[in-house]
Formats: sequence, structure tokens, C-alpha cells
Amino acid sequence: MAHVAPTATIYGLMAEFETPTGLVEAAEQARLAGYRKLDAYSPIPIDELNEALALRRTRLPMLVLAGGILGGLAGYGLEYWSQAIAYPLNIGGRPLHSWPHFIPVTFETTVLGAALSAFVGMWALNGLPQPYHPVFNVPEFARASRDRFFLVIETADPRFDRHGTEQFLKGLHPVGVHEVAP
Amino acid sequence: MATEHPHDRLAHVSDGSAALRVSPPVIAPGHTFESVTDKISGIVLTKRTPIGWFFGFAIAFAFLMLLNLTIGHLLMTGIGIWGNNVPVGWAFDIINFVWWIGIGHAGTLISAILLLFRQQWRTSINRFAEAMTLFAVACAAMFPLLHTGRPWLAAYWLFPYPNTMGLWPQFRSPLIWDVFAVSTYFTVSLLFWFTGLVPDMATLRDRAQSKAARVVFGVLSLGWRGSAKHWQRYEMAYLLLAGISTPLVLSVHSVVSFDFAISVLPGWHATIFPPYFVAGAIYSGFAMVMTLAVPLRKFYHLEDFITMRHIHNMTKVMLVTGMIVAYGYANEAFFAWYSANPYEGYMMMNRMTGPYAVFYWSLIAINAAMIQLFWFRRVRDNVALLFVLSLFVNVGMWLERFIIIVTSLHRDFLPSSWDMYAPTRWDFAMFTGTIGLFLSLFFLFIRLLPALAMFELRTIVPQAKVQAGHHG
Repeated sequence: MAHVAPTATIYGLMAEFETPTGLVEAAEQARLAGYRKLDAYSPIPIDELNEALALRRTRLPMLVLAGGILGGLAGYGLEYWSQAIAYPLNIGGRPLHSWPHFIPVTFETTVLGAALSAFVGMWALNGLPQPYHPVFNVPEFARASRDRFFLVIETADPRFDRHGTEQFLKGLHPVGVHEVAP
Repeated sequence: MATEHPHDRLAHVSDGSAALRVSPPVIAPGHTFESVTDKISGIVLTKRTPIGWFFGFAIAFAFLMLLNLTIGHLLMTGIGIWGNNVPVGWAFDIINFVWWIGIGHAGTLISAILLLFRQQWRTSINRFAEAMTLFAVACAAMFPLLHTGRPWLAAYWLFPYPNTMGLWPQFRSPLIWDVFAVSTYFTVSLLFWFTGLVPDMATLRDRAQSKAARVVFGVLSLGWRGSAKHWQRYEMAYLLLAGISTPLVLSVHSVVSFDFAISVLPGWHATIFPPYFVAGAIYSGFAMVMTLAVPLRKFYHLEDFITMRHIHNMTKVMLVTGMIVAYGYANEAFFAWYSANPYEGYMMMNRMTGPYAVFYWSLIAINAAMIQLFWFRRVRDNVALLFVLSLFVNVGMWLERFIIIVTSLHRDFLPSSWDMYAPTRWDFAMFTGTIGLFLSLFFLFIRLLPALAMFELRTIVPQAKVQAGHHG
């Protein structure tokens, strides 16, 4: 186990925990021990993990703001162009650019732009859909969507050491430590 | 597992202590990650479909076939098969449209507005309420589309796309606002619903026994693996979608009410319409959630998740919004008198004493009088009675739209153009047909997808709390 060669053939090491508290503590310990290429997996969102893993705030809100503004401008622009330029009609003597009438649709396209960018942006930033990921090679990982909590330290981490990291993970009181095939 | 507990009685006992007024819990005690996940996913992954499911689906499907027949006849013959006539140019088509859209409001209200208000009890009812929203909006959309008679031409009447005729829709018309409001609402509700489903799809993928189910749920789960980084963005997206949907849900029925309020017809031309319509929509939507939740919790033994707390809260929401609607009726009557406008005054007298008065008083009896029963704890504790009352609310809200639309149109300014309106059998076939479509989709939904949000239910079990002082 102590020889170096096999490290290249695995994706990383996975520790399995029974409780969210166990995972949060382990993630924090791993951060403090200097590991940087690690990820935690849980069947529920755990706010404390953001801090434990020192995750940066997501850029998603700015994306959604931009999408909303773009949607609103597109909606209003379409209305102005189609009603005042492309297809001018006199409706009850109202001005061609009768802006109060254009507000409801502008509102709806703003909402649509923001919602689409929240949806597309979130999946894109997450890199999903992703047909394959090494963590699924661990049979125990099937419980990550039910009742178990996992911490994975990747071999790509500069501090990763096949034996040392395994000992470190075992010291965090997991239910088990598994090798993750690439 | 605490499935056998007589929770309704427990809830009753704890409610009985009037001094403390302890609310029943949002999830029955004793549940864990495993029990929640296994119970909900078991409904989908079981090989044995309950016989009652087939029975219910068969009835719903028969009405769906009636809808197909009606649409076929409508497209071959034209909308003359309906009872619409010259003063009443809008009848069942718009009544049913507004009715269905209104019902569709509860889903997004529960999933978005209650999320922003941190109402934990939304968690076990949001999923099927959102599904109900989508199906209701799909039913609603059929009516205006088919009212055009030639829906394939409606594309350029409704949607702005560059066409060879150089035509554009008229954006000064509330009907076009409606197209945008309803299609945006459907799209955003769908995105919200699907986003909520993804982690649950992953659970089903991991728990499915059959290869086909693993592949289907695997594709639908998008490869979700519950990574902390993913959850962080996911939670943010969910919150943002909720924030975006909140003004949206209020705007949709406001825009629907503009279809009427922008006109000059007595009975339609009223500034109270937008808030009054929105309140009515939430009221009827919660009634439909109740109509669906009561049998769902009974037949699938979900009393642990849809507890008396949910039933109580839904009843209270119906009471509040129902009272706003009743205020709307009073306000309409008051302004008809206070405006001193003879046409407004006549419209109100015609509603109260004219040929359709029986419908007007029925809706007052339901939406203003009957809902006062919801004040009583004994009524709120009686699930079977609430189911019946929620059906009445659905009827009452349908009658409201009938009264608003038909009585306003059939006697307008010129007595020479007055006429009576009566629906034909095809009107009823189409209406009951959409109920068949709605229920068929709902039956398929509860069989094929998790009807309750598993991952959100997991967050409210006691285990989910990260113990304080973990900082070592």
C-alpha cells in the first residue's frame, strides 16, 4: 500500500459518514490539514459546509440580474420596434409609442429572462448534466442520495498521499474509507 | 416508522389545550433520512400499482378521451358547437380558462412565497402543488387556443415572430399581455418544478431496481451527485427562482383580470379587479390542493408528512383569501350604487335579481357564507368535511367567473342587443374533458414521479441539524 505507483490509478479517497455533523467536522479538519482538492457529498443541502470548505459565494445572482435586465430590454425593444416602426397601427388615437401599454409584457419578459438565466446558469456553473463521474464507481455512494455523507479528497491534491491521506481520513471517525476508481 | 400513529387524533388532543395552542408538527415524530426516502420513493419504485390507481386513472382517462372527441368535433365544425352567441361572445371558454389559471396559482404560491417567508410546512405539499399548477395551466391554455377555432393560425395572432405577412401582435391589447403572462408563468413554474425534482431523481436512480428505471431517472437526474459546491449554487438558484416567481404569480392573475378591467363594460371595468382576482386565484388554488391532498394522504398513507398542520394552514389560507374575495363582492356592489351610474347599478341589480340570480346567490352562499365555517377548529380538524367544502369552493369560484362573464355580457348598454346564454353539451364535454386531462396527468404524476419532495423532507427531520459546537 505504501508504494507510490497506484496513486495515479485512482481518482481519490472517499470517507463515509453517518451524520451531517460528522461530514462538516471532517470537511473542516481536511481544510485545516491543508487539503484543497476535496468535495463533500450529501443527500441534503448543508449550509455549514460552505464555511467548512471555504466555498466562495456563487456568481449566480449577477448572472440572474443580467438575464433579467436583458429580458426586459428585449421585451420592451420588441414592443417598441413592432408597434412604432415595423407595424404602426392607430389604435384609438393612442401614440405609437404608448409605453404604459408596454409595461406588462416588459415585466413578463424580465421575469422570463431572469428565470431562464437562473436555471441555465445554475446547471452550467455546476457542470451538469454530466454523464460520468468517478464517485459513482463506489458502490456505497448510492446512499449519498439517501442517508449517508461523503468526503472525497482527490489524488490531484498536492498534499495527497495514498497512505497518509487514508490514515488521516480514518482518524475522522468515518463509517468507512473507500478508494474511488477514476 | 410511525405510520400507524393516529396522528389526526394526536393533533386534536394537542389542539385541545386551548391555553397553549400547540400546532401539530410539520412531520410526524420518529422519521429519519431513511424512512422518509424509502416511503416516498417506494410509491414510485414499487412494481405493484394499487388497484385503486387503475380505477381512478380509468375514469380520468375516459374524460380525457371525451376531450379529444370534443376537440376533434370543434376543429371539424367550428366553435358554433359552443353556446357562445352575439352578446355573450366569451363564455365557457374564458370561464374555464380563468378557473384553471386561478387553480394554478397555489402551486407557485406554496413553492415560492412560502419559501421566502420560511414556512416549513410548504415542504411536504410543494411538489404536487407545483405539478398541479402545470397541469392546470395546460388545461387553461386549451380554451383560448381552441376559441380561435383554428389554433394553427393562432401562432401569428399570439406570438411575435417574423412572418412573411409582416404582421405583429397588438401589444396594446390585454389579450397579448395574457399570452406573455401565461406562457411565462408556465415556463417558470416548469423550471422551478424540474429544478426541485433533480435531487429526487438522483435518489430514484440510486434506488431503482430495474435497468430501465435507472436509465430514465439517471438521465433526468442530470448526473446529480449532491456535491457541496452544487448544493450551494442550487440553493441560490432555488431562492432566486422563488424571488422571481413571487411577483410573477401576483402578476399573472392581475393580467388575466386586465382582460376584463381594460374594457368599458359594466361589471368588468373595475379597479378592484387585479387584487380581487389574485385573492380568488389563491383561494381556489388552495381549495384544489386540499381536494388533491386529502385523498392522496389517505390512499398512500402520507399522514406523517401531510399532517394536520398542513390541513389547518391550508384552511386558514382559504379563509383569509376567501374573505378578501367576499370583500371584492361587497366592493363591487358598493361601487355600483355609489358611482350612481345607471348601467353599473343595473348590472348589479341584474346579477342579484336577473335570470342568473340563482348562480349569484349560490356563489355568495359558498364564498362569503360557507367559508365562515373555517373559523371553527372542529371544522379544521374534520378532514372529510374539509374535502367536501373544498369541492364547494371549486364550484363557488367557477360560479364567480360565470357570473362575472355572462351576466356582464348578456345585458350591456343597449337593450336591443340583450340575449340569454346557455351552454351546449359540447361546452360541458370540453369542460369535463379538461378535468379528465388534469386528473389523468395527476394520476401519472403520482405513479411516476415523487409526489413529495424527498430532499426537502430530509432537511426537516431532526437528524438533519448539524450539532452546535462542532468546531473542534
